[in-house]
Amino acid sequence: MATDVKSHPLVVSVSPHVRDEESIAKIMWTVNFALLPAFIMSVYYFGPRAVYVTGLCILTAVLSEHLFQKGLNRKITSTDGSAFLTGLLLGMNLPPSVPFYIPIVGSLVAVVITKMLFGGLGYNIFNPALVGRAFLLISWPKLMTIWSTPTAQFLAMDAKTTATPLGILKEEGAVKLMEVFGDKMSLYSHLLLGNRAGSIGETSAIALLIGAAILIYKKYITWHIPFSFLGTVAVAAWIFGGKGGLFTGDPVIHLLSGGLMLGAFFMATDYVTCPTIKKGQIIFGIGCGAITMLIRLKGGFPEGVMFAILLMNCFAPLIDRGVAPKMFGAVKKKEEKK
Amino acid sequence: MSKVATFERGIHPKYNKELSSGKSITPAKLPQRVVIPLSQHIGAPAKCEVKIGDEVKKGQVIGSPAGFVSSPVHSSISGKVIAIADFPTAVGRLVPSVVIESDGKDEAVSFKENPNYMNLSADEIKAAIKDAGIVGMGGAAFPTNVKLSPPKEKPIDTVILNGAECEPYLTADHRLMVERPKDVVEGLKIIMRSLGVNKGYIGIEENKPDAIAAIKSAASGESSIEVHTLEIKYPQGAEKMLIKAIKNREVPSKGLPMDVGVVVQNIGTAIAIYEAVRFGKPLIERVVTVTGRGIKEPRNMMVRVGTLLSDVIDQCGGLVEGAVKVISGGPMMGFAQWTLDVPVTKGTSGILVLSEEEYVSSEEYFACIRCGRCVDVCPMGLNPSMLSILIEKGHYEEAKDYNLYDCFECGSCAYVCPAKRPMVQFMRLAKSQVKP
Ligand code: SF4
Ligand code: SF4
Repeated sequence: MATDVKSHPLVVSVSPHVRDEESIAKIMWTVNFALLPAFIMSVYYFGPRAVYVTGLCILTAVLSEHLFQKGLNRKITSTDGSAFLTGLLLGMNLPPSVPFYIPIVGSLVAVVITKMLFGGLGYNIFNPALVGRAFLLISWPKLMTIWSTPTAQFLAMDAKTTATPLGILKEEGAVKLMEVFGDKMSLYSHLLLGNRAGSIGETSAIALLIGAAILIYKKYITWHIPFSFLGTVAVAAWIFGGKGGLFTGDPVIHLLSGGLMLGAFFMATDYVTCPTIKKGQIIFGIGCGAITMLIRLKGGFPEGVMFAILLMNCFAPLIDRGVAPKMFGAVKKKEEKK
Repeated sequence: MSKVATFERGIHPKYNKELSSGKSITPAKLPQRVVIPLSQHIGAPAKCEVKIGDEVKKGQVIGSPAGFVSSPVHSSISGKVIAIADFPTAVGRLVPSVVIESDGKDEAVSFKENPNYMNLSADEIKAAIKDAGIVGMGGAAFPTNVKLSPPKEKPIDTVILNGAECEPYLTADHRLMVERPKDVVEGLKIIMRSLGVNKGYIGIEENKPDAIAAIKSAASGESSIEVHTLEIKYPQGAEKMLIKAIKNREVPSKGLPMDVGVVVQNIGTAIAIYEAVRFGKPLIERVVTVTGRGIKEPRNMMVRVGTLLSDVIDQCGGLVEGAVKVISGGPMMGFAQWTLDVPVTKGTSGILVLSEEEYVSSEEYFACIRCGRCVDVCPMGLNPSMLSILIEKGHYEEAKDYNLYDCFECGSCAYVCPAKRPMVQFMRLAKSQVKP
C-alpha cells in the first residue's frame, strides 16, 4: 500500500519543517568570493608575491583547524569556508614582502589560539585574522611595516620600500602627500585603484567596494556597521584631521587609505565578534571609527583600524545587552504597571 | 489599490500554495471507521457519553463538555461504537477516543434550524456555538464560545476574521473564502452580534486576489465590515500580528487580544459558526488541505473528523516514492507524524507530505555565529540568539528574563538560522523547565 509506513520510516522532528537556504558555509564562501576582486587587484600590483603570502595564510589556517578538530575528535568544520576566510583576510592584511614564517605564525595564532581554543566558530571574542595580525605586528614590528611600492615583483622581494600614504600623512602632512602623487585628483585615483604602498589587500578601494556591494546585495551584511564606521572616520577626519585647525581635514584621504575599507566592510562586520542587534551595530561602528581616528591622529601608529576593531570586539557582548530589541507589546505593559 | 497592512519583521518563506490553491473543495469518501478523540480542544477532555456496542448517528453527542473551558464532541458518521481507548493524536499525545464503525448509511440526528438567526440573542448564539462543539479551527482549538465570552472588564469593540493563511502550502481557508464568501460574512456577522460589536474586519494576504474579490463582493452591502489586504509575510496570521496590521493595536506582553478589545476568529471557524447557528449543525467535518510534493494528487477536501490520515492520503493517490515527512498542519508550526494512523481533528488544517527535494534535515546544527538574522525576523521583538545560547547552557531562569514566554514558537528564527539551530525545540525545552 502506498501509505505503508513500516517499510518507509517517516522523519519526525520539531517545527519548522522548512528552512531557508542560507548556511554558514554558503555565507562564508560568498564572503571569500566577495574578496576576490580586491585580491585580483593585489595580484595585479604585487604579483605572485601576493598569491604566495595569502596562500600560505590560507593553507595554514585551514590545515590547522582541520588537524585541531581531528586531534580533539571534534566535528570537522574546516571546509565551511570560515578558516579559509580567516587565512584570506590575514593574508590581505600583511605587507607583501614578509618572509614565509610570518603568514604561518599569524594563521596559527588566528585559528588555533583565537578561534579554536575559545571553542570554535561562534565562541571567539575577537576577530581571528586581526588578532593574528596584531600578534605579528607586536612580535615583528619591523617586518610588518616594510611597505614595497606596487610594481609586479617576484617571489624574492627586493627592498624597494617606501611609506604608505597614511605614513606620509602622519609624518609629513597632506601637502607632502599631494606632492608624492602629483596632485589631489591623482592621489584620489591612486587610492581608489590601489596603486600605492600598503598591505596586500588594502590597496584598491574600488575593488573592495565591489565586494562590499555583493555582500550588501546578498543581505549578508547591512549598512549599519560599515556606514557608521566610515561616517565617523569621515567626520572626525574633516574636523580634526587638518593641520590648519578645525574643519580643515581631508576626509577622502582618510576614507580611502590604509585598511579602512577592508576593515569596515569585511572585518568589523564579522558576525561572531560584532553586536547582533542593529542599534548596537551602529554604536559599534561609531566606536570603531572614533578609535581609528584617535590612533591615526594622536597614536603611535599611522593606522588604527585593526586596534579599533579589536577593542570594540570586547564591547560587542556588552553593547548587545544594553540595546535589547524593542519587544512587541512591551510599551503597553509598562503603562499598565503604573 | 487598497493599502497593504502588516506588522514589523517576519519572514518570506516559499509559499508553495500553487500546489492546491486552484483545487476546489471536494468531499472525502465516507470513512469506514473513525477514531474520534474526546479531547480535540484546549481545556478539559469531554466526558464520554457512549458505551461499546452503542449505535450512534451522525451529529450525535458522544462526549459532553466537562467544565467551562471544554467542548462537546459529536459522532461524524452513523454506525456502531466498537472501542473506547487511548489513541495517538496528531499532536503526539495519547487521548481517550471513541472508535466508530460505519454502517454506510450516514444517517444524521435532526438538527435545530434557525431561519431567523440574526434575531437570536448573544446568549442564544453562544449556546448554539457551544452545543455544536466549535473550537478554533486554525490549529489552537480553543473553545469558541469561551472566546466569545470575555470578562466584563475587557470590553470588545472589534472582531477580526483571519484570512491571512500565512502558513506556506495551506489553502483551506483560501478555498473557503473563494467558494463560500457569503457564509464567511454571515459567520462574521453572527460573531459580531454575539459580542455586541459593530466593527468587523476580514484580513486577507495579497496573494489571494480571488478570495479578496469574492469576500469584498460578499461584504459589499455591509457597512460595518471592512476587508483589508495584508502583506504576504509570515506569521501575518498570528493573532497579535494580525491585530497590529489591521488595527495598529499592540497586545501587551503576556496579554490576550481581548486586552486591546479585539476577538480574532479563523475563516473555517466563522463558517462552522454560521452552520451551527443557522442550521444547528455540529462541527463534525472540516476542510483539510492535503498537499506537498510527497503526495500524488494535492487536494482540498471536506473530511469527517476522526478520519485517519492514512485514509485521507490514500484518497489523494497516496505518497510518492521517497516521501520523507508527514506533517499535520503547516510546515512552520505543524507536527511531524511517526504514524499515519492518527485522526483528523477539528484543528487539522492540513496534511503536508514533504518529498525528498523539499525536505531539509535538521539533524545537524552548529554553534550560534551571532549573525543576528533571528533578531531581525522575530515578530515578537525577542533576541532568539541570546535565548538559544542561554538555554543551551541550561540557564533557563535567565532565559525568562529575555522574555522566553513571549515566544509563541512561530519558528521564524529557526527558519532563517544559517547554523540550523533547533530554536523552537530550545524554547519548548526551557518552557518545560521554568514556569511563566
Ligand atoms: S519562535 Fe519565538 S523567538 Fe523565534 S521568531 Fe518566533 S516568537 Fe520569536
Ligand atoms: S540566526 Fe542562528 S546563528 Fe544567527 S544569531 Fe540567530 S541563532 Fe545565531
